[in-house]
Amino acid sequence: MGSTITEKILAAHCGRKAVKPGELINAEIDVIMCHDVTTTPAIDMLAEKGLSKVAHPERVVIMPDHFVPNKDIKSAEMVAKIRRWAKEQGIEQFYDLGRHGVCHALLPEQGHVRPGETIICGDSHTSTHGALGAFSTGVGSTDLAAALATGELWFKVPETILFRLSGKLGKGVYSKDVILEIIRQIGVDGALYKTMEFTGELIDELSVEARMTICNMAIEAGGKSGIINPDQKTIDYIKARTDTSFEIYKSDPDAEYCQVIDINVANLEPIVALPHLPSNGKPVSQLNDIPIDQAYLGSCTNGRIEDLRVAAEILQGKSVASSTRMIVIPATTDIWKQANKERLLDIFMEAGATVSSPTCGACLGGHMGILAAGERCISSTNRNFVGRMGSPKSEVYLGSPATVAASAIEGKIADPRKYLQEKP
Amino acid sequence: MTGKVHCYKRDHINTDEIIPARYLNMDKETDLARYAMEDIDPEFIKKVKEGDFIIAGEDFGCGSSREHAVWALRGAGIRAVIADTFARIFYRNCINNGFLAIECKGISEKTDSGDELEIDVEKGVITNRTKDDQYSFQAIPDFARDIINAGGLLNYIAGKAN
Repeated sequence: MGSTITEKILAAHCGRKAVKPGELINAEIDVIMCHDVTTTPAIDMLAEKGLSKVAHPERVVIMPDHFVPNKDIKSAEMVAKIRRWAKEQGIEQFYDLGRHGVCHALLPEQGHVRPGETIICGDSHTSTHGALGAFSTGVGSTDLAAALATGELWFKVPETILFRLSGKLGKGVYSKDVILEIIRQIGVDGALYKTMEFTGELIDELSVEARMTICNMAIEAGGKSGIINPDQKTIDYIKARTDTSFEIYKSDPDAEYCQVIDINVANLEPIVALPHLPSNGKPVSQLNDIPIDQAYLGSCTNGRIEDLRVAAEILQGKSVASSTRMIVIPATTDIWKQANKERLLDIFMEAGATVSSPTCGACLGGHMGILAAGERCISSTNRNFVGRMGSPKSEVYLGSPATVAASAIEGKIADPRKYLQEKP
Repeated sequence: MTGKVHCYKRDHINTDEIIPARYLNMDKETDLARYAMEDIDPEFIKKVKEGDFIIAGEDFGCGSSREHAVWALRGAGIRAVIADTFARIFYRNCINNGFLAIECKGISEKTDSGDELEIDVEKGVITNRTKDDQYSFQAIPDFARDIINAGGLLNYIAGKAN
């Protein structure tokens, strides 16, 4: 019996030939990413337990993102503490304001994710980096502290669900719609404790960025991680960003899966997840007259350059409805610069949207676009829980960047396909 | 251990409800405790007493990795959370904090707020004194129990290092 890519990576990181689902292991961690919210408590815990020396400073990458630029005094104190600690520990990989970005967009963009590696961060959307063939999972602050102190972390080897995705996406339908459809089918705990491995001709066709959107939302189905076997696109993406060597693992043809799910996307429509769960997906054509107060384009799910290009294509020469505000947050500084170079930011501003500095921002109700009671937002983000983007009495609808842009124009949830088909 | 139940007969109670992100600029238990469960039950913090239990349906603690969710509940006096099932990161955070999270299928249907429970962790039995009923749960894995008994993962690691 063969092994999955996840089992192979975990075995290699605990010095074993093979591991099986259910086994408890201690795995070496290659990359420890630290952001502002969950790192500060880890620093305090380490000091308190007398474990204050980071085992491998060169494996740590620090990227404050949730409340940057500092939204209030408490947030400012948090990042100030992280800066002092990084200096003390000799951690050099620090993306401070000016080079900053949403950590799950910035980490791969800056070449810190390589296939075959183990990656953790005190953030649930760490599953994103599996798109590059790494084992990558979100943990809490205590886990983060333990990994900082020892360079290792305990894991239960997860079972894997294989998603075989076939068919070609229609115009106006994107990888965001695919993952919303998958979560609609299996539910927000459909992959609880499990790895979601994505394969098939659709995955082969998708760009590396579009694959990240899929793995990013594995956690919204309860998954421990999402993962995609590396191919030439992966290798080209990595080699353009880093000289660090890496090892490629791939699932064996006879690997064992706890479940195999086949989905053909040929007839998939744009999907919108209604409040208050990411699994409440509905085809956009079934949603009539749902007015929106805000359209939000950004986040680790869909704030990358391809996302901004799609939205700009739809918004070019159009205006955001007078009843609606639109906020665009390029996910990283480099994406911001690229969007500026391509004049995408002009298109957004001329349409009546505002463009902010990279941050997690209002995705989690932090800052930069909080919702009032009774307000409704269409958002390219990943979660629509009660109170996620502000008031517990507000509502979040999740969709692709194209759906967000089309909805901004109409002031209500709208099908993006007509805007794309207008073109010759 | 014995205590009173706060029962939420709902699945997928998420970390945004347990401790909203607007409070994540704090990380001390006593600070976070004031806002525990605010977006699901604004009255919770007035009702809760030291040593109480929370009972909920499936997938408790889904969503964000914020350990603040565990700290807010413990800070509010909660001694254990018992749920039909738990979301992965929340469950891990409980073990790593030496905080008791017990998976007991069907318990949210059988209990009500105000019930008095006795939990025997060694035997894996929960006794509902109010309803004169008993429910068994799967023993906590040895590895997790070692961490819980050490008072959390960092104590466990620090203990091994010495």
